[in-house]
Amino acid sequence: MRFALEKRPAPSRLMLGLTPLFAVIATMLAGGVMFWALGANPVEAIRTIFLDPLFDPTFGAYSRPQLLVKAAPLILIAIGLSLGFKAGIWNIGAEGQYIIGAVVGAAVGLAFYPTESRLIFPAMVIAGALGGWAWAMIPAILKTRLGTNEILVSLMLVYVAENILASVASGVLKNPEGRGFPGSRNFARDYPAASNLELLPGTGMHWGVVAAFIAVIAAYVLMTRHKMGFSIRLTGEAPRAARFAGVNPTRLVVFSLGMAGALAGMAGLFEVTGPAGQISIDFGSGYGFTAIIVAFLGRLHPVGILLAGLLMALTYIGGELAQLMLGMPAAAIQLFQGMLLFFLLAMDVFANYRIRIKTREAA
Amino acid sequence: MDLGQINPVLLAASLMVAATPILLAAIGEMVVEKAGVLNLGVEGMMITGAVVGFAVAVNSGSPAAGFVAAALAGAGLALLFGLITQVLKSNQVATGLGLTLFGLGLSSLIGKPYEGIKAPSLGKLDIPLLSDIPVLGPVLFRHDPMVYLSLLIVLGVWAGLKYTRAGLVLRAVGENHTAAHALGYKVIRVRLAAILFGGASAGMGGAYLSLVRVPTWVEGMTAGAGWIALAIVVFASWRAGRILLGAYLFGGVSVLQLNLQAAGVAIPVEYLSMSPYLVTILVLVIISLRGNHGAPGSLGRVFHASS
Amino acid sequence: MTDALLTLEGLTKAYPGVVANDDVSFQIKPGEVHALLGENGAGKSTLVKTIYGLVKPDAGRMLLNGTPFAPANPRAARAAGVAMVFQHFSLFDALSVAENVALGMDDPPGQRQLGARIREVSEAYGLPLDPDRTVGDLSAGERQRVEIVRCLLQNPKLLIMDEPTSVLTPQEVQILFTTLRKLAAEGTSILYISHKLEEIRNLCEDATVLRLGRVVATCDPREKTARDLAEMMVGSVLHQPEREGGESGEVLLEVTGLSLPAPSDFGTPLREIGFTLRAGEVLGIGGVAGNGQDELLAALSGERPAPPGMISLRGRDVGRLRPTARRALGLLAAPEERLGHAAAPEMSLTENALLTGDVRERLSTRGFIHWGKARDFATRVIERFDVRTPGAETAAGALSGGNLQKFVIGREILQKPDVFVVNQPTWGVDASAAAAIRQALLDLAETGAGVVVISQDLDELMDIADHFTALNEGRLAPIRPARGLTIEEVGLMMGGAHDMDVADENAIAEVQA
Repeated sequence: MRFALEKRPAPSRLMLGLTPLFAVIATMLAGGVMFWALGANPVEAIRTIFLDPLFDPTFGAYSRPQLLVKAAPLILIAIGLSLGFKAGIWNIGAEGQYIIGAVVGAAVGLAFYPTESRLIFPAMVIAGALGGWAWAMIPAILKTRLGTNEILVSLMLVYVAENILASVASGVLKNPEGRGFPGSRNFARDYPAASNLELLPGTGMHWGVVAAFIAVIAAYVLMTRHKMGFSIRLTGEAPRAARFAGVNPTRLVVFSLGMAGALAGMAGLFEVTGPAGQISIDFGSGYGFTAIIVAFLGRLHPVGILLAGLLMALTYIGGELAQLMLGMPAAAIQLFQGMLLFFLLAMDVFANYRIRIKTREAA
Repeated sequence: MDLGQINPVLLAASLMVAATPILLAAIGEMVVEKAGVLNLGVEGMMITGAVVGFAVAVNSGSPAAGFVAAALAGAGLALLFGLITQVLKSNQVATGLGLTLFGLGLSSLIGKPYEGIKAPSLGKLDIPLLSDIPVLGPVLFRHDPMVYLSLLIVLGVWAGLKYTRAGLVLRAVGENHTAAHALGYKVIRVRLAAILFGGASAGMGGAYLSLVRVPTWVEGMTAGAGWIALAIVVFASWRAGRILLGAYLFGGVSVLQLNLQAAGVAIPVEYLSMSPYLVTILVLVIISLRGNHGAPGSLGRVFHASS
Repeated sequence: MTDALLTLEGLTKAYPGVVANDDVSFQIKPGEVHALLGENGAGKSTLVKTIYGLVKPDAGRMLLNGTPFAPANPRAARAAGVAMVFQHFSLFDALSVAENVALGMDDPPGQRQLGARIREVSEAYGLPLDPDRTVGDLSAGERQRVEIVRCLLQNPKLLIMDEPTSVLTPQEVQILFTTLRKLAAEGTSILYISHKLEEIRNLCEDATVLRLGRVVATCDPREKTARDLAEMMVGSVLHQPEREGGESGEVLLEVTGLSLPAPSDFGTPLREIGFTLRAGEVLGIGGVAGNGQDELLAALSGERPAPPGMISLRGRDVGRLRPTARRALGLLAAPEERLGHAAAPEMSLTENALLTGDVRERLSTRGFIHWGKARDFATRVIERFDVRTPGAETAAGALSGGNLQKFVIGREILQKPDVFVVNQPTWGVDASAAAAIRQALLDLAETGAGVVVISQDLDELMDIADHFTALNEGRLAPIRPARGLTIEEVGLMMGGAHDMDVADENAIAEVQA
């Protein structure tokens, strides 16, 4: 007896919806084994990560708002990435676009310091989006003009962006009143007109969260109702058919990379003016990479990404809690997230193939 | 600033050391891609190799055991990738990315207790007589055994692909998996073997970083070396000889920028340290101007036997 | 009964939803050329894959020289003396001829020795080959030689040929037949799979006819007419299209000096292509596969824009326009490959209707899609062209080849094109669907549209075209009226002389002597 795979004519919608759930369950089981190997009680560890941030009487009040704070950048970036991924355009340099967006947006804000005007923050948001967009245009233009592989270029630009960040944090954007320490002025503390504060106290809701929700809705409309969304899906599923249909591949690459860059740049700006507070050498926190997992876990679907972003934010907060409560290493949670992606990809087989059990097979 | 501090002989000698991790990873990935599989998890396999190699070398006191363990660790991660992409037919790009993220997490988890320790020395393999030749001696013949092993691997891959039946079958599988299947070759088995080899090579490349080049364990120490290795495969047009050239070119750039930093050149450190990445982009651009010739026909495509 | 080389007894193989082979039994005698005849989908491919060890039968058995034969894989089949030349070549473009041959052998000699043997065998059978050339650079005929030589080097007892002539010019077919007769005379049995009736009557001594997976007849094809064979194969009388022979209306499409470089390493460049298409005309473009058919379609559809002054529609230069703009002006196209090119397999028929129907059927405004209208359009195509499907929400990939082809052609025809360009309209389509498609093309021309049919099926072109030309290495032969063309003339237009250098002719003379 052996198993055989049989390709489905079209992916099963039921399975596309169910496999992320299966993947989460499988990850919890495998993660439990890992935690047990690390010397923790697996049930307690899973509870600390998935339930305590929401329901623990002591920590809940602090960690519930954190959920939105952490989810917002993940969702914003993942929505942008999903557009390209759907079309087979692999921008994996969102981390770089996120950093450059933050740097450019912060630079615009700092240029006006200490002017107080209601226009400063919107100007910074636009500058952040433009910064991320411009950074993403480098692989876009190289790909469309010269056919250079966007995977490698966008990734290399992450390292370049990190070096630029290090340079400006201790150079042009350094806080002149910072007694020589690297890092810019703190927006949240020192510059109200340029800060991204909580909109409703105790909810974690800031402008980035608002932007993430808008992005989810806009992406949903784009993908289901608009020709551009149709072109993106068509290009991903059948590139030759897309060319035959008249989809302009150059426009598609520029659009999807540009959107991803702009959204990542905005996410960076919301982060630097709010939760992070300032430009510092360690500003890049890996959201750009985790967002890749979020995009896939959400099945590249806007609503899926919304849920996946919240789940991933939960593992971040739960991971911190587990560090605090159980002495779990920080890296364990990163590994946990990687596992989640693996299980999901492995389970895709159920969506794309039927599994048949063959009883008589010689070879 | 004092450029006179830079000793050209030492520079050339350290170039080979700097190039070896990338060379190992790139030659392994080339074999994988020749079999028609794109594994973007090189970075993850390298860093896992780096930490496992380091841990085993520290605990056993034997760097050789470290390299073996690193090869096994890289191959183990590669096996995971192989099973998911080949047996469960997942998307290779996404799975490779996942492997990198997974490897980065795994390595920092394993590596925590080993931070700040120095690795046991691998020792040099001074080749008698040859190493006494002025200039050439120190540049070429006073290295550790891994440098020579990496060159042997490149030579072996070149000859194996060109002259052996196994090499021919591997190229055939990468070129047209449907035809290879029709002729009765085991596409998935050949690919899994190639993927394992790629993983072992990347693991050893990572261990070379943590055991020889640095030599200590630092979280995230590969810093994109795996990605540069992927770029070198494209640069080399999937040819073993050019992989050597590419790896040594990048070794040269990174050694040069380190030396310039040390010599206190008036360029800010950050701009020097981003130079290898900029050079990689530049090289990719130049290659794409020439057109992507030589890519295996079935590269990155999912194989599913329909009958 | 023991004098048979290969005996098949009750072979049955079922796939989900279809029985590919149902209780198939017949015999192949030593030294005979045995035809396996049937429509696309009759189960021929499954049957030969079973003999070649690629498919395990669910029931039944095979005997080779009287002993049970159940090859576990192609290697075992080859070891037993069964060799196969595939319909879609199992060749590796980037590898050399010698490497390709070596891959098909279980125990190849060293490279130099192998090269010498390739030269020796290929020349002995009139199929000259240079072992060091890269296969991707060879013509279709030469590529087939590589496959045949690969088989011959193993001295097979049974040689299976799957649709070998679909990629050959008439002259190349003659060379192949000479080779096959010589092989049979030397005692090698040949199982010859085809749906080309004249060829089979010409070459084979025995024939087994398959229909829907079952053996419906066994006969000596030389004693039957082509019509008899066709009716055995199809099981009903064919509907022949009625050709009205549309006469010259106004000029719709004018192509002059169309030249484009090859799109890829192994593609074909277009060279100085020129023709005029008038209203009501059906222009048939023949030619062997890989001589620029895909490239010509891409240039006309707008997938690959052409320099100015080369393509004009009703006097307007459209060379630089993209597919959408050309569609708006009335120039529509349907490429050869249904899945992945003409249609997206994982998308629904509604979405596939939108794929080309957007502009002319006004399925969107300012970029926003009217899904209702798209569904109505898809439903109209399904109803008018008798596409058998549960509904417009079915994925294109779930349709059978014939039904999807009807959908693809219908989608364009319902948009009322002024000019319609189609590549291989009935490739891999069952006979009744093929007849319906041909009739639809003729009806379209009847309404005053110009139709360009690119096809490798000469019978089809002779049936529906009023003017004929052929592609050969990206060049177009001078256009001739289809009526009254002889097969020799057609062969020359397709480049029959090409590939037939002196060596070939000598070899033929030698073989025939």
